[in-house]
This record gives sequence, structure tokens and C-alpha cells, in this order.
Amino acid sequence: MWIEYLQSGIIIKYISNLIIPVIVLLIILYGIRKKVPVYDTFLEGSKDSVGMIMSLFPTFLAMILGVNILINSGFLSFLLGFFKPLFSTLNIPLEILPLAAIRPISGSASLAILNSIYDTHGPDSFVGLLASVMQGSTDTTLYVITLYFGSVGIKKIRYALWAGLCADLIGIIASIIITNILF
Amino acid sequence: MVNIIWTLFIACGIIYSIFTNNVEVVNNTIMESSKTSLDMIMQIFPVLALWMGLMNIAEKSKLLDKFSNLISPVLTKLFPEVPRGHESLSYIASNIIANVFGLGSAATPFGLKAMDSLQKLNKKKDTASRSMITFLIINTSGVTLVPTTIISMRMMYKSVNPTSILLACIIGTACSTIGGIFVDRIFTKWYHH
Repeated sequence: MWIEYLQSGIIIKYISNLIIPVIVLLIILYGIRKKVPVYDTFLEGSKDSVGMIMSLFPTFLAMILGVNILINSGFLSFLLGFFKPLFSTLNIPLEILPLAAIRPISGSASLAILNSIYDTHGPDSFVGLLASVMQGSTDTTLYVITLYFGSVGIKKIRYALWAGLCADLIGIIASIIITNILF
Repeated sequence: MVNIIWTLFIACGIIYSIFTNNVEVVNNTIMESSKTSLDMIMQIFPVLALWMGLMNIAEKSKLLDKFSNLISPVLTKLFPEVPRGHESLSYIASNIIANVFGLGSAATPFGLKAMDSLQKLNKKKDTASRSMITFLIINTSGVTLVPTTIISMRMMYKSVNPTSILLACIIGTACSTIGGIFVDRIFTKWYHH
């Protein structure tokens, strides 16, 4: 029954507007109760973000350079061409292929693809639903690795990328199965 | 390994564009990549400054420790190498909780702090520790209950029922998270034997 409430959308909007203010209030009031000098502590923590951003910029630049060249040159679409026969034999709509491939690499590029899928097929079509579930079930692995490892200066990431991509693959396969069952 | 992947991305892209007569696009991409990444950084910076300030209060008042106590039985299983009561567990707990409730902007600073304190436990500073990778996998599998971006995009394109994908997304996320942890365990075993 709660899912119907959630699906009405109104409650979600109200709750999501409420969450952040309540959290901010809670943190500050709790700090005061524990006799923390909240204002100074806020400044001190906020100051740390400058150093973090400085160390992140080069890592971001390197990642964007590599990923954007790969996508914009058309090489990735060229590679995807080889997977088309496999997708058609498995009865998976071909339109979903670019999203599945780009989702782990680039968050903004995958949102752009999601946009164009909604635009051409509609958000309530099978492809639109599948794309929504796929986008929602995984995250941009390469971005997360760059961000989290870059911030602490990890160079040897060992099996992190492969394990992350495996998790993405599981998410992609799961979303195809789930969409077929639920819709 | 990053070196090889990065080289492959760039070399394949540039060479392919030369053969397909698409060099102009790649030229623009290279010139603009610096600005694109600055834009991205500038989007994160204000969020980071805000939440790291608030987080510092939550940390000093021991509020974060309360969060980690909530899910500590799970955390000690997932991160056996992290000593009990270590600060990184509070950050990890807060990151997971923020992610689950769709507060992506709050989750990232928690995640960065978690990485930072995991790095203090790390013996080889340039190499990812086992706990770091486990934490990363949990994050990349996209644990979230309410995918706000997707719902708002569906609304924008006039979906009859923008939130109809909620249940499917929750199941999908659960699959990729549980699957991810499973894969992580296999890789760990494989790497340490």
C-alpha cells in the first residue's frame, strides 16, 4: 500500500523538501546540546573542502579528457556495433545498448542518452521504462573511482575497476530481467 | 592499470577519429575538456564546503557515531579490517544512509571523509586497501531508494506515472549492491591467495 502513496508523487516531493532542513536543524541542535562551538566548527570543516577540491581537479581533468575523446570520436559507438547481433538474439531493444555501455563511464553522457530515449520513445514505453530502471540501478563507476581514489592519492587501484564493472553488469542484467517481469 | 586504460581511451579515440574524418570534433573535445572538468569541480565545490562544515559539527558532537551504531553489525562484517569504533565506520555509515535516502549531495562528502580515514589505516599509501575497494563497490552499485533525478526527468517528459519505476529501481539496486559485494568477496579471495 505504501508504494501507491509513494507513486502519487506528492508525498515524495514534500518529504524530499523536508529532509535536508530537518537534517541541518538536527545536526546544529545536537551540537549545541553537546556543547560544541557550532559556528567555529562549521568554518573549520568547510575550510577543509578547499584543499580537497584542489587535489581533485587534475584527476577530474584527466578522466574527462579520456572519456570525452572516447565517446565524441565515435569509437565507442563503433565498438558497440559488434554487440548488436547478441542483443537482437536475446530480444533486448537495441536502443538500450549505448546507455548500458556508457552508464559506468560517464554520468552526464548517460543522462543525455536517457533524455534522448525519453524524447524519441516516451518515458512510459518499454525502452523508456527499461532505461529508467537501468539508470537507477547502477552508478557511474569510473566517476566514483576517480573521485574517491583521487582525493586520497591512490594510484594502484588493484581490482577495484573490474569489481565495480562486474557490479554494473549485474545491475544492467538485473534491470533487464526486472523490467520484463514487472511491466 | 589506470595508465593503460587512459592511454587506450585517448589513443583509440584519436586514431579512430583520424580514420573516420572526425578530427574536428576530437580537437574541440580536447580544448574544452579542461573547462568541462572545471565546471564539474565548481558544481561539487559549494556542496562540499557546505556539507563538510555541517559534518564537522556532527562529528565533534559524536552524532556520527550514533549513525554508525545503527548499522554496525553489517559494517563489521563488510569491513573486517577496520578496528571497531574507528571513525571511518561512522563516515561509511553516514554515506550509506545518505545514499539510501537519495541525498547524493550529502553522501559524497561523507564518502570522501570515509576514504580519507580509511587511508590513515592503509599501510601502502599509493595502493587501494581491501576496505577501500569494498566501500567503493557499495557506492558504485548505486544504493538508493528514491532516484530523484530520474523521477524528475520522467515528469519533464510528461510520464503518466513518473514514479512507476520506483519498485523496479529498488530491486535493481538491491541486486547490483548484493551482487557487487559478492563479486568483491570473490576478487578478495582471489587476490590474497
